[in-house]
Amino acid sequence: MPQKTAMVRARSFSGPPSGWWFAGPAVAIIAVFFLAPIVASILLSLTDFDIYALADWQNLRFVGLQNYIQLLHTYRFWVALHNTLYFVAIGGPLSVAASLGAALLLESKLTRLKVVWRTVFFAPVVTTLVAVAIVWRYLYHTKYGLFNLALTKLGFEPIDWLGDPHWAMPAVIFLAVWKNFGYNMIIFMAGLQSIPSELYEAAEVDGAGPARRFWHVTLPMLGPTFLFVGVTTMIGFFQLFAEPYVMTQGGPGESTYSLVMFMYEQGFRWWRLGFASAVAMTIFALTLAATLMQVWLQRRAGA
Amino acid sequence: MRYVKLFITNAVVALLGLLVIAPLLWMVAAAFMPRGTAQTYPPPLWPAEPTLDNFRELFSRLHLGRYLLNSLAISLAITGFGLLLNAMAGYAFAKLRFTGREQVFRTLLAALVMPLQVGMLPLFLMLKQMGLINTYWAVIIPSMATIYGIFMVRQYALAIPDSLLDAARLDGASEWRLFFTIVLPLLRPVLATLGIFTFLSAWNDFMWPLIVLTGSENYTLPVALAILSTEHVQDAELMMAGSLITILPVLGLFILLQRQLIGGIMVGGVKG
Repeated sequence: MPQKTAMVRARSFSGPPSGWWFAGPAVAIIAVFFLAPIVASILLSLTDFDIYALADWQNLRFVGLQNYIQLLHTYRFWVALHNTLYFVAIGGPLSVAASLGAALLLESKLTRLKVVWRTVFFAPVVTTLVAVAIVWRYLYHTKYGLFNLALTKLGFEPIDWLGDPHWAMPAVIFLAVWKNFGYNMIIFMAGLQSIPSELYEAAEVDGAGPARRFWHVTLPMLGPTFLFVGVTTMIGFFQLFAEPYVMTQGGPGESTYSLVMFMYEQGFRWWRLGFASAVAMTIFALTLAATLMQVWLQRRAGA
Repeated sequence: MRYVKLFITNAVVALLGLLVIAPLLWMVAAAFMPRGTAQTYPPPLWPAEPTLDNFRELFSRLHLGRYLLNSLAISLAITGFGLLLNAMAGYAFAKLRFTGREQVFRTLLAALVMPLQVGMLPLFLMLKQMGLINTYWAVIIPSMATIYGIFMVRQYALAIPDSLLDAARLDGASEWRLFFTIVLPLLRPVLATLGIFTFLSAWNDFMWPLIVLTGSENYTLPVALAILSTEHVQDAELMMAGSLITILPVLGLFILLQRQLIGGIMVGGVKG
């Protein structure tokens, strides 16, 4: 009997099963709530959508590229752009270098207790950014913060980390590097493990010391890993928002004011959604350009 | 010579490890300090008279329990939906034939690098039209499926042998039964990794909940913490207790399941 019902069932479900029943829900969510808004963002950036349009869509007008032109004439935009590029250009490579350094240390034959240190180095990655930004705000305190305690113990002058416009962005960068390096460290560790040990042995036979082995074996073999790490890190660093929001509110003197903060303020505080969309498109264009540049650099280095 | 190198390497690693963990250790220490004692000179590294007052105030006067429940409900919902929908889609893209499969998958891959912020403004308007602003759903729905999640499951599901699936089909199992009784158990390792990832990013998310959860009764922990921290700048001990409560669940989860999490990153990173 069971045999028979199975046969009947098999027949009723025969024919190519439609995978859309399985892929559909997820694809629909992504199409409606991720892809469509991106396309809509382009259109929105060509309108004067503001608080009046929010109340009544009748007030919406098409303004062409006016938002973009206005952007070029907005001082705060240039400040935010400068700060964001500073953060990406310094913080990104610093974070990647820290990741690689930590990975090399943990993959060294000499290191003991590897699993413990791996856990420790990775721990900041899983922590909540807002919470650790608050912690670091107190660590950076001029008088009572542990950073300045250490500096003065070592004989240096204390630094007004979050109050000095020259130090605020470096302070944000240190936090970001601390928070993020563990993630890429794991990826570098996987990359290092996949390098065949014969290559090192051959280099050693040829008389290459540790430094030359690093430059001529390790680094070239990590090429694809570098591209992956570089691109994902940069995309992440372009989205700077929570650290300055919590630690400095963009100050002092707008020295940590980022593009995403600018977009957030224009869009969700002043409800200038058309103008803010132009900022969003700028962030997107910058991310894309930086990604393509990395791919290009990588190709050239590989050739 | 070898012992000198051994010593130096391990000393460097230990020193770095200490530096990395120090901010978190200080957070824990300060969370138990009586009000006003962390901000004294020289800054204390350990509570001389540990107290739970900071936690008491957070839960009684500052409604942290409410925010904790909001965070928990939203993160669990995102993780649940995310696992189911991404598993279904990842399996379909790996193992089922349907019209448009390749084109759709290529489009998704191309969109993988899109920064989330690009679509935030229209997404807000859309959710406003749907009347979902200031509800859990405004946070949950956009995160219910992710390109990264689909991709992760697909890579893993590619290894499932077709013969196994066909055998089950011949036995008369429906596509849904096949999925729930055969495919899902096989996907368990990748779903464990994806589940932790999803929960961590949902719990830690800040900007989107800040935008769509406009009423304080719906705040998640990070949003509530950010707003509290501007009102309680002087109360270092109180804020450290709040940060500790926010971080503890994710840190605990990581320590329990770090093999799945780190293993998942290693595989994903190598495959690119």
